[in-house]
Amino acid sequence: MSANSSFLTSTIGKKYLMALTAIVWSLFVMVHMIGNMLIVVGAEAYNNYSHALTSNPMIYLIEAFLVAVLLFHAVTGLTLVVRNSRTKPKFYSVTPMREKSASIASRTMIYTGTATLAFVIWHLITFKFGPTYFVTYNGVEMRDIYKLVIEKFHEPLYVAGYAVVMILIGFHLFHGVQSIFQTLGISHPRYNKFFKFFGYTYAVVVAAGFISQPLFVFFAR
Amino acid sequence: MKSKSSNTHMTLHLKVWRQKGPHAEGKLCDYELEGVNPDMSFLEMLDILNQKLILKGEEPVAFEHDCREGICGSCSMVIDGNPHGPQKSTTACQLHMRHYRDGQTIVIEPFRAKAFPVMKDLVVDRSAFDRVIQSGGYISVNTGSSPDGNALPIAKEKADLAFDAATCIGCGACVAACRNGAAMLFVSAKVSQLALLPQGQAERSERVAKMVYQMDAEDFGACTNMGSCAGACPKDISLENIARLNREFMRSMVSGRKSYPRGDGANEGSPA
Repeated sequence: MSANSSFLTSTIGKKYLMALTAIVWSLFVMVHMIGNMLIVVGAEAYNNYSHALTSNPMIYLIEAFLVAVLLFHAVTGLTLVVRNSRTKPKFYSVTPMREKSASIASRTMIYTGTATLAFVIWHLITFKFGPTYFVTYNGVEMRDIYKLVIEKFHEPLYVAGYAVVMILIGFHLFHGVQSIFQTLGISHPRYNKFFKFFGYTYAVVVAAGFISQPLFVFFAR
Repeated sequence: MKSKSSNTHMTLHLKVWRQKGPHAEGKLCDYELEGVNPDMSFLEMLDILNQKLILKGEEPVAFEHDCREGICGSCSMVIDGNPHGPQKSTTACQLHMRHYRDGQTIVIEPFRAKAFPVMKDLVVDRSAFDRVIQSGGYISVNTGSSPDGNALPIAKEKADLAFDAATCIGCGACVAACRNGAAMLFVSAKVSQLALLPQGQAERSERVAKMVYQMDAEDFGACTNMGSCAGACPKDISLENIARLNREFMRSMVSGRKSYPRGDGANEGSPA
């Protein structure tokens, strides 16, 4: 058995894969959240930003990469969950206490992760493959994604569902981001508190940022 | 601390996991135990229960114990869902009944993990740990006269970290606490202890690979960084050891030999 294949089939190797793919999507959601903040600036800024991204030919490569990474993360995660359900066949009749227990975020990664995957599909159907409006700025015709977003973010049920999913994604990141450091072996007594703080803050910023946008549109646009 | 007189005896309601053998069905059985002295250790309380069971002609509760001073790692039970009981940094034998109150119900179960099958009542088979150690948790040395003192300089920080890792008593509470039944804290302590010291360098790459493969072969789970292992550890082994294990494993994959024989626990002799 070659070193690589044994590395990838080992539990630690799989965790490395989880962490590396997690970095890609953690960065993606942060950038996506910051970019979407242009909704506050206005229709032209938002549409120009969207047009700049989608008109770049590299977009297909990047999209394919993101989808592949997400599916890889999901499948690897699933194999670990299946293994772990086999290696812990029975739980205790009493729930453990304090530091001998595990946090809600860490225990529910498979559920928050599944919800995230379902949301990504729903999200693409709603926006990327949703109704296409057009608008022209300075002679350039482009998709008026702003109009669609404003429409969607005025549906109370959509906004509520969106907020709930963002909270679930926040939970996923809350355990996930700080966990990346530990899995990759980036650990030092002097900096570990910072890594945890960074991971928790990252999760809160992404979730709060994404939730603020539909709320802003719903109440102020 | 509450100052309870030693004469105040308690009555406890115990729910103890009883299982006749490895393949038998087990269940929680109720026992009422009177006359428990708050100064007793948890294991002494179980001794009293067993004496009463024996006098009644019943089978005593099987549980493992040896030193009863918190250093051997033999005691292995889960008390109200907590490996070694609710106290932090404490083995079950060092848990005292003064932490309980009269009339309290206590649920006592064996360690639960696929790699630790229940043999009887509260006794589990932890030989999977032995096989992980046999696969690489040692150093090969040429025996002879003892080396000169200070012939091998070791930095204070490294010595401290290695010693912290070496305090692992191999009790398996980390596996019992883990919702995945993972043995990462144990393996990481054993790998760290040797990887940090000069004596462990010769087999460094080979050791971590072999121990991790053996760990996987023994059906321990995968780590999800929940951290309950470190919380349950009676010796306070730090999660930093798991990060070091991850690092050492990657280092071994990048710089080590192309492949290592997988998990039969045998000593393969000279390192790469």
